[in-house]
Amino acid sequence: MAELDRRQDRSPVPSAFEYATAPESREIVRLEERYGLFVGGDWVEPRSGEFQPTISPATEERLAEVAYAGAEDVDLAVGAARDAFENGWSGLRANERAKYLFRIARILQERSREFAVLESLDGGKPIRESRDVDLPLAAAHFFYYAGWADKLEYAFPNRKPRPVGVAGQVIPWNFPLLMLSWKIAPALAAGNTVVLKPAETTPLTALLFCDVLRQAELPPGVVNIVTGDGRAGAELVKHPGVDKVAFTGSTEVGKAIQKAVAGSSKKLTLELGGKAANIIFDDAPLDGAVEGIVNGIYFNQGHVCCAGSRLFVQESIYEATIAKLKRRMTTLRVGDPLDKNTDIGAINSQQQLEKIKELVAIGEEEGAEIYQPPCRLPEKGWWFAPTVFTNVAQSYRIAQEEIFGPVLSVLTFRTPDEAIEKANNTPYGLSAGVWTEKGSRILSMAQRLRAGVIWANTYNRFDPTSPFGGYKESGFGREGGLHGLGPYLEFDE
Amino acid sequence: MSRLPVKKTYKLYIGGAFPRSESGRSYEVEGANVALASRKDLRDAVRAAREAFPKWASMTAYNRGQVLYRVAEIMEGRKAQFAELTGGKGEVDEAVDRWVWYAGWADKLAQVLGSSNPVAGPYFNFTIPEPTGVVGIVAPEEPPLVGFVSRVAPAIVGGNVAVVIASERHPLAAITLSEALATSDVPGGVVNVLTGRKRELCPVLAAHMDVNAVDLAGVGGEREELEQLAAENVKRIVRNGEGQSPWHAAAFLEMKTVWHPVGV
Repeated sequence: MAELDRRQDRSPVPSAFEYATAPESREIVRLEERYGLFVGGDWVEPRSGEFQPTISPATEERLAEVAYAGAEDVDLAVGAARDAFENGWSGLRANERAKYLFRIARILQERSREFAVLESLDGGKPIRESRDVDLPLAAAHFFYYAGWADKLEYAFPNRKPRPVGVAGQVIPWNFPLLMLSWKIAPALAAGNTVVLKPAETTPLTALLFCDVLRQAELPPGVVNIVTGDGRAGAELVKHPGVDKVAFTGSTEVGKAIQKAVAGSSKKLTLELGGKAANIIFDDAPLDGAVEGIVNGIYFNQGHVCCAGSRLFVQESIYEATIAKLKRRMTTLRVGDPLDKNTDIGAINSQQQLEKIKELVAIGEEEGAEIYQPPCRLPEKGWWFAPTVFTNVAQSYRIAQEEIFGPVLSVLTFRTPDEAIEKANNTPYGLSAGVWTEKGSRILSMAQRLRAGVIWANTYNRFDPTSPFGGYKESGFGREGGLHGLGPYLEFDE
Repeated sequence: MSRLPVKKTYKLYIGGAFPRSESGRSYEVEGANVALASRKDLRDAVRAAREAFPKWASMTAYNRGQVLYRVAEIMEGRKAQFAELTGGKGEVDEAVDRWVWYAGWADKLAQVLGSSNPVAGPYFNFTIPEPTGVVGIVAPEEPPLVGFVSRVAPAIVGGNVAVVIASERHPLAAITLSEALATSDVPGGVVNVLTGRKRELCPVLAAHMDVNAVDLAGVGGEREELEQLAAENVKRIVRNGEGQSPWHAAAFLEMKTVWHPVGV
């Protein structure tokens, strides 16, 4: 705290407004003491016999115990999914399949508050974001893909699309329910059945989702949820009964999964890490750009694979941009995820916090200049103040490696060519941002940036109709849109 | 008096030139001493491909289509020569027709594979295909010419550049096609052709960190080890592909989605 207080003295503006707290009630969420695995439409005890607590990162409170699936549990879940695929789901009329998905979308909308609160409780993200981003998008994703279920032959004319079979899906902890919807909605729309493994630290909304499936009367075994850690994920992706593997997470694990499916006939999509460039030209409307920078890196505590974690500012507006950015950072509210005023919630886990601290320490050692606005971090839980590094060289590790936290590295450029050269100089290629008033420059930059999603004069926008996915080591395959269906289908050709 | 024919030396095709293998090795196949490429030759080919990539990728699709069509024109003129090195006239006709078919796709891929996306907000949003970069291709053993064309044409029509390991048992058609490429308007380095032992070259290709995708359709045997090597930089992997299809081209294309606000 002493360290932060010292920085407060250097802050460019007086401490920003005080707010009264506006806590969202958690009454709406009812938690079980412990959760089994959801297999074949029923809750089952894990054969592994293992349970582990899931913890609220904001308070370190034990929320519940969840089962940790072992090899035998994964095998049973894949068997249930296979059974459901062979005996009913794949033969179901496509418009009936669609209606199940529409039901799921509607129930998510109806129970959105409950899910939003639970998401913030288990994962630490601000309620404002889980309420206004995660939940509406998750429901919209099911609604969008529901409509595709009985229109696949129009999406892929002359290709005779048919389902792949059983999809094994492994999702991350940064957008737990939204990533579940990105995975399950297209898989079911295409006629597959699913075994999904939620992230170790954020299993609760996936487990609550099983109750949505009950209400939607989805046939047993079409969706199976196996909680656990990396061991369960590894068992799932290598299981011979899985026909299609979809993974969102780190590039390191993605490579291991690609190796695990090598030589098989499994279809694979990977959505991996990023180190996105957010490029600000001197003609950009600066106030809007600063909002975009803040949204780009501090959205969801920076736990975002497409986060704009490398800021490139044209030299002529460098001082003005940094001054505005620092001023804006002083107004960010860090704290209780369930407080509706909160902009930055808790870091998802102690392990992630250690990783962020380690890289930030390396950044300081390398010679970058650190700035953190004055903010009081809660005593309990895992927190990290919004951070910006200036005087960063392209070779610094904080400019190269994905930090996956609220830490921004600022670099400068003079010409568009230099910006492109620096922005593309990374093994990643998930996303990028460009801020300029000049239309021809936007299109030229969008063309030359080697990344799967380009946000021009905006950042971190998502939509079920909009394909999302990376170039290079950020993975392959797209999720969302018509392009998100293909990986879940086989074709006659 | 009978005349002694002048025999051709079959060499590699790298960066628009026809070098011998830097290793000085060759192997006897189809009545000729064909260059036995080394891992160093393969690395040189990848470098040549990478250098050729920006220009080829940024050509207009119309221009790329015209350049590829010209390759078919030159192939047509060398039909007799190709017929001797392949399954005969039928295979050559099929190869030329397939090349023309793919040439015509150059300025249509974006319209068939791309999309305009109706997002729920005031944004203009579209998705376009872009080449992934350097594609490593293991050409099928046979048919010698159609096999080569069927894998190389879909890779380069979308703006990718290729490093191709030719058929080990029937490499002459591939080298002769390289001569057609060299005398058309395809820039040097867009297609690079290596002859030699697949067992020696495939692992180097699969493991190369500056190759973005690998087409293993021509490997034939075990591909588990190659796919594991390819995972080291998350390469796109193509395992099989029969006939002709725009989806063969799509396998080497990245989908890029661009957002911009709509407002006054």
